[in-house]
Amino acid sequence: MSTSASIPAATVAAPRSGRPPRTRRPRRDVRRSLSRLPGQLLVTALLLLVLLPLVWLLLGSFKTQDEWLNGSPWALPSGFEWSNYSEAWTTGQMATYVRNSIIAVVPSLFLIVVLGVAAGFALEVLVWRGRNTVLLVFLLGIMVPGQMILLPLFTAYFQTGLTGSLWPLIITYTATGLPLTVFMMATYFRAVPREIFEAATLDGASMLRSFAFVGFPMVRNAVLTVALVQFFFIWNDLLIALTFTTSSDLRTIQVGLLNFSGQFGQVQYGPLFAGICINVFGTLFLYLFFNQKVMKGLAGGAVKG
Amino acid sequence: MERVLGDKKAIFVLLAPALVVYSAVMLAPVLISMQYTLFTGNAISGFEYVGFDNLTRMVQDPGVRRALWFTLQYGVVLTVTQVGLGYGLALLYQFTLRRGSTVIRTLLFFPVVLPTVAVALLFQRLFQVAPQDGLVNSLLNVFGIGSVDWFGNGGTAFVVIILMDLWRSAGFYAVLLYTGLLDIPEDIMESARLDGASAFSMVRHIVLPLSLPVLLSSLIFSINGTIKVFDSIVALTNGGPGDETTPLTLLMFQTSFSYGQYGYGASIALLLTVLSLLFTLAIFRSARRDNTKV
Repeated sequence: MSTSASIPAATVAAPRSGRPPRTRRPRRDVRRSLSRLPGQLLVTALLLLVLLPLVWLLLGSFKTQDEWLNGSPWALPSGFEWSNYSEAWTTGQMATYVRNSIIAVVPSLFLIVVLGVAAGFALEVLVWRGRNTVLLVFLLGIMVPGQMILLPLFTAYFQTGLTGSLWPLIITYTATGLPLTVFMMATYFRAVPREIFEAATLDGASMLRSFAFVGFPMVRNAVLTVALVQFFFIWNDLLIALTFTTSSDLRTIQVGLLNFSGQFGQVQYGPLFAGICINVFGTLFLYLFFNQKVMKGLAGGAVKG
Repeated sequence: MERVLGDKKAIFVLLAPALVVYSAVMLAPVLISMQYTLFTGNAISGFEYVGFDNLTRMVQDPGVRRALWFTLQYGVVLTVTQVGLGYGLALLYQFTLRRGSTVIRTLLFFPVVLPTVAVALLFQRLFQVAPQDGLVNSLLNVFGIGSVDWFGNGGTAFVVIILMDLWRSAGFYAVLLYTGLLDIPEDIMESARLDGASAFSMVRHIVLPLSLPVLLSSLIFSINGTIKVFDSIVALTNGGPGDETTPLTLLMFQTSFSYGQYGYGASIALLLTVLSLLFTLAIFRSARRDNTKV
């Protein structure tokens, strides 16, 4: 009891040492907050510019077709038209598109991480002639435009009969994700002290074992970061998905959304906005969720040393 | 120890899978695509050797020239504006907001992760004129300006494309350049402040020269991305009206998959690759010259 009562008293008596007491120099405070005003106005304007379209998108997804065609674009929706979402999900086939995207993303991401981390380890930690050349060859892949590989791949998938499945997407995503992943992982492995692998070897571990049980866990946080970056590349990709999804039931979420208006006769604004919303806020949620995980992982790593 | 780190079996097991996939699905297709430039036809109808016909045709094709010009225009305008805006934001984060910038940084970063297709469809509606004015036109009306048919001609459509891509990417370049500003030693700034340097001259003489390396890598990164623009234009204007907003990437795509001309498509892809190679080299060279001068 006595402690809780003493806290406010102590605060009044002795303001926290880090910050000067507020009442001491009022004139300077006023001038300071005045000089900060343009900055604050600017920040408010910027936030409005970024957030207003997103709020408008969300509100629009609840409007009826009649409100869209006859109401002001600034008007709030009169009610929550949830049927827009079910319409987008079923008639608009968002359910199929999301499923296809997941089927394409998960295996490619897994392969990119496993192959990329292993290659990064072999190129940076292991010592052999020509490893710099191989790393450079991987680096070149970052610059090559997707258009440069589409045609031969299309021909190859067509000839091997893979067209008509999601395999072309998985294979192409895996390969195009590798250059950046290998390069980034090699950079991360550079920071790991070699003595750790020497110790593992002295303890009797083979090189493969010390990769799997020492090297890989040591760059776990980096792996999470790389996976997050690659996830967004693949999830948001249009070029590769547009090229290799030859039938409408193979469409990924981005290709599906691009053809969304075509599902209905005329533009159905409510379902269209609901479809965009599912895509936008779903992705944003994933970003916030994973980003927090990555941050946590990074913080955990920092504390553990 | 050298012998253990040079373990041949380990190198093979760890590297081979990635190298095989990368070679088969990226390196080989690049070479085959170059070979395609000498042929006509496609995967379904078969190929026929035509020598340098595709390349000579490309040099004379006004469609290719328009697409090349559009690509360069888009690349230069967007690179300058997005790196410029990003740098402005980074300065704002570092010198005006300081510690309080974390939340703002996160919020302004949101558009970066959003799918381009979804953002483009949203911007189509923001700038639409029929059947109902979008947010932008109705805002113009408030100020007594008549509604503009943004997607009705190439010039205004170009403006919308640039605005949308700025909206999408500014937060990214801001964070990228902000991390560069963080590396500027605090004591240099402090001593300049004590010498009575104004905010402008501090930016001009201290911040700008010291953040030049990260600024240049942003430029390279940006020009490489903007020359390959595809998603945002396909989803926003699909190259129209006519072909007024068609970049090389989209022209290549249409030539190959709408008209089934693989050889000609591959030639345009080659032009695109050479272009991004040239830009990267050019910026690298000018970067080296500038660094020796400063």
